Amino acid sequence: MAKVTVDGIEVEVPNGSSVLQACEAAGKEIPRFCYHERLSVAGNCRMCLVEVEKAPKPVASCAFPVNDGMKVFTDTPVVRQARRNVMEFLLINHPLDCPICDQGGECDLQDQAYAYGADSSRYGEAKRAVKDKDIGPLIKTVMTRCIQCTRCVRFSAEVAGTPELGGTNRGENMEIGTYVEKALTSELSGNLIDICPVGALTSRPYAYVSRPWELKKTESIDVLDAVGANIRVDARGPEVLRIIPRINDAVNEEWMADRGRFSFDGLKRRRLDRPWVRKDGKLVAATWPEAFAAIATKFSALPGDRIGAVAGALADAESTLALKDLMAAYGSANLDCRDDGAAIDASRPEFYRFNTTIAGIDEADALLIIGSDPRKEAPVLNARIRKRWTQGKFPVGYVGPRGLDLTYPAQHLGETLAALEGSAFLETLKAAQKPMLILGRGALQRPDGAAVLAAAWKIAVETGMLTAEWNGFNLLHLFGGQVGGLELGFLPGAGGKDLNAMLAGGVDALWLLNADGFDPARIPASTFVIYQGHHGDAMAARADVILPGAAYTEKDATWVNTEGRAQRGLLAIFPPGEAKEDWRIIRAFSEGVGKTLPYSDASAIRLRLAQASPVFARVGEVVRAGIADTTGPAGDAGAVNTMPFVLPIPVYHQADVVSRASDVMAQCAAIYGPAPALAAE
Amino acid sequence: MTAPHHEEPASFAFDAESEAKIATIIKRYPEGKQASAVIPLLYVVQKQMGRLTGSAWVPRVAMDVVAERLGMPPIRVYEVATFYFMFNTRPIGKYHLQVCGTTPCWLRGSDEVLRACKDAGGLKGYGDTSADGNFTLTEMECMGACVNAPMIAVDDDYYEDLDYESTVKLIEALKRGERPAPGSVTGRRSSEAAGGATALTGAESE
Repeated sequence: MAKVTVDGIEVEVPNGSSVLQACEAAGKEIPRFCYHERLSVAGNCRMCLVEVEKAPKPVASCAFPVNDGMKVFTDTPVVRQARRNVMEFLLINHPLDCPICDQGGECDLQDQAYAYGADSSRYGEAKRAVKDKDIGPLIKTVMTRCIQCTRCVRFSAEVAGTPELGGTNRGENMEIGTYVEKALTSELSGNLIDICPVGALTSRPYAYVSRPWELKKTESIDVLDAVGANIRVDARGPEVLRIIPRINDAVNEEWMADRGRFSFDGLKRRRLDRPWVRKDGKLVAATWPEAFAAIATKFSALPGDRIGAVAGALADAESTLALKDLMAAYGSANLDCRDDGAAIDASRPEFYRFNTTIAGIDEADALLIIGSDPRKEAPVLNARIRKRWTQGKFPVGYVGPRGLDLTYPAQHLGETLAALEGSAFLETLKAAQKPMLILGRGALQRPDGAAVLAAAWKIAVETGMLTAEWNGFNLLHLFGGQVGGLELGFLPGAGGKDLNAMLAGGVDALWLLNADGFDPARIPASTFVIYQGHHGDAMAARADVILPGAAYTEKDATWVNTEGRAQRGLLAIFPPGEAKEDWRIIRAFSEGVGKTLPYSDASAIRLRLAQASPVFARVGEVVRAGIADTTGPAGDAGAVNTMPFVLPIPVYHQADVVSRASDVMAQCAAIYGPAPALAAE
Repeated sequence: MTAPHHEEPASFAFDAESEAKIATIIKRYPEGKQASAVIPLLYVVQKQMGRLTGSAWVPRVAMDVVAERLGMPPIRVYEVATFYFMFNTRPIGKYHLQVCGTTPCWLRGSDEVLRACKDAGGLKGYGDTSADGNFTLTEMECMGACVNAPMIAVDDDYYEDLDYESTVKLIEALKRGERPAPGSVTGRRSSEAAGGATALTGAESE
């Protein structure tokens, strides 16, 4: 630790910290453009100049290491004048287009110019202009505004792991770009918009849409992948205008994936905004009482075990619980939340959670990936793996389709689990102190999924991933609603039928809660289908009754991410038309049929959630623990067949009902095409 | 200055001569630090292009080849190649006339040298390539031959102590395909006094 005095305030910071970090520890705000906590230090904007005792001239605090006994001054006439001069140089070539710039109001340069800018320019010569770059459908560029802080260059090279941006040419002619025109291939490209301190990189879908101060900001959770990135939903009136990440070091740091960020325009399209009931083979618009009556009539004629319910990828915990309680009231044990048919064994939470936790990846020292492409399935989590890899000594091996680009080097061990037999990589894992394994949910969607799960667990046991201090077994889910159902035990009860049995004619009425994970054609023609959801996708077309629900931005709901971390999203806008919050729909129906569920407001159902699973009693937190009992899941590890693994998300940008309804995502899908692994087939 | 359109070759591959050079160059750097060889390799590319096509430049496809050879992202090679003036990212003439216009050369008459280049080479100005494809004219900063100013560099050869007439003569010779001996055109050796040696004369004759 080094003792540093900043403007007379004494602070202690770790050796090797920068002066800027010491200043922050002392509560002094240092202006900066190029410096970013999560990127390497560039030291090229010079805005963070401070005075250090005995230094002959101001020093760039972001790149200057602290010394014990150092005295730093952040607000002297020299410092102010130096920063003013830096600002004057930055503004020489910066256009005066703040009124038409989308960054206006949340621009670092604009904000800092208030403090250090001159009232007028002394510069009379011609300003330089830089040609705008086309780097894809998500990011709009106005390169004349660029101050060449190179944050975007460092982000794409370091965090995203797709080094495609660079600074070409020199001096007056230096430009940031890809040199060869191309669309950025990162699934994290939206973060470039956030880290750009000026208006050079802005959101293309959000261009000229709004000003930050007009927006109502609501904290929420991204459910379009299972990371559960903390987000802020910015809405104006009835419309979501943009989604940006919030900082949560344990989950998403300050990044978020492109699908979660840009697919919200899908929330305005193909929405189910009123109930529908099938009459004479055709869906006709109905009222809520009519829709409820149709279901009640059908249910009253059926014994409990002929009724079933399936919860899907985007179902929130509240509605899943309400539906479970409703089914119990009908005496039905036919429940399944694995709408994609994944053979998950929920007898112990360790079998289906990301036990290492996302922050725990930082501690791991070897990684085996089975049947998963974390780059497509959870880009933010993949960035975390990459972050660990950049720190060195982190061998990564994967079993799955050949030629995956995970943004860090990974050894391809084979396309089937059999290839692992006698592999040297197993020895690497055994030699590691904290080895970990990521099993993709997609690997469990196969007919032998239970065997794959058991085999993966066996590998974890044999390579020493499961100890009293460390749990290296991880299941990577695909969507934000998948773990909640498992935590709540939305699974076949005693004598209950699972998804396959229900689809094989095991039930006469099927309540689908956001369940879009299987082919609607598998439902027998005689089955009465209730679809409760927010998008008119293929499953809704099959339904006999459609109950319009709320999308994740339109309800106060609890979501559980792949780690088993319950997080709460708040209502940003109201659901469209007659659509209602999902658990309230089920509650209202239960009252109508005289099986009233014992909760009528949000606090009551949350209390019930907390009783159902301890996960909901500690919202926002997750307990990381080792594992003492290494008994494996029920499947037979030896029964894995020789089918190569197929990845569950062929087109990253169109993986769920929301993104499939989105125009922006459709443009992306057209440009980026199907995943290379599939194109090779 | 906007870049005029030019044709990029469809592919690039090192020839045997270049491969031999690359082998020695890469050996200079420790394992895992091969990216350090990017500048020498770009030179190898430029030399090979000059040898094979008569225009010493670095096409974009060649940068990709270099990137692949050194295991670095292509953009990192683009950054280096576009940063240094010594790499021509567009085709140039057979002879690259690099005129020094920095103060010592300018005081000693580099404007005249420039005029001679334009007149004899058929060039309109800096950045221009002559219609016959022989010459490309580039303004360079000081190349360190101030003692023998003014000078120009033709590709890698320095020609010094120039004036209008001697520059024209040099360019005419280049046009004929000759390559005059580099160095001072007035015949003085290295940078000894212009009027001949005035000291240590005896020692030298021995």
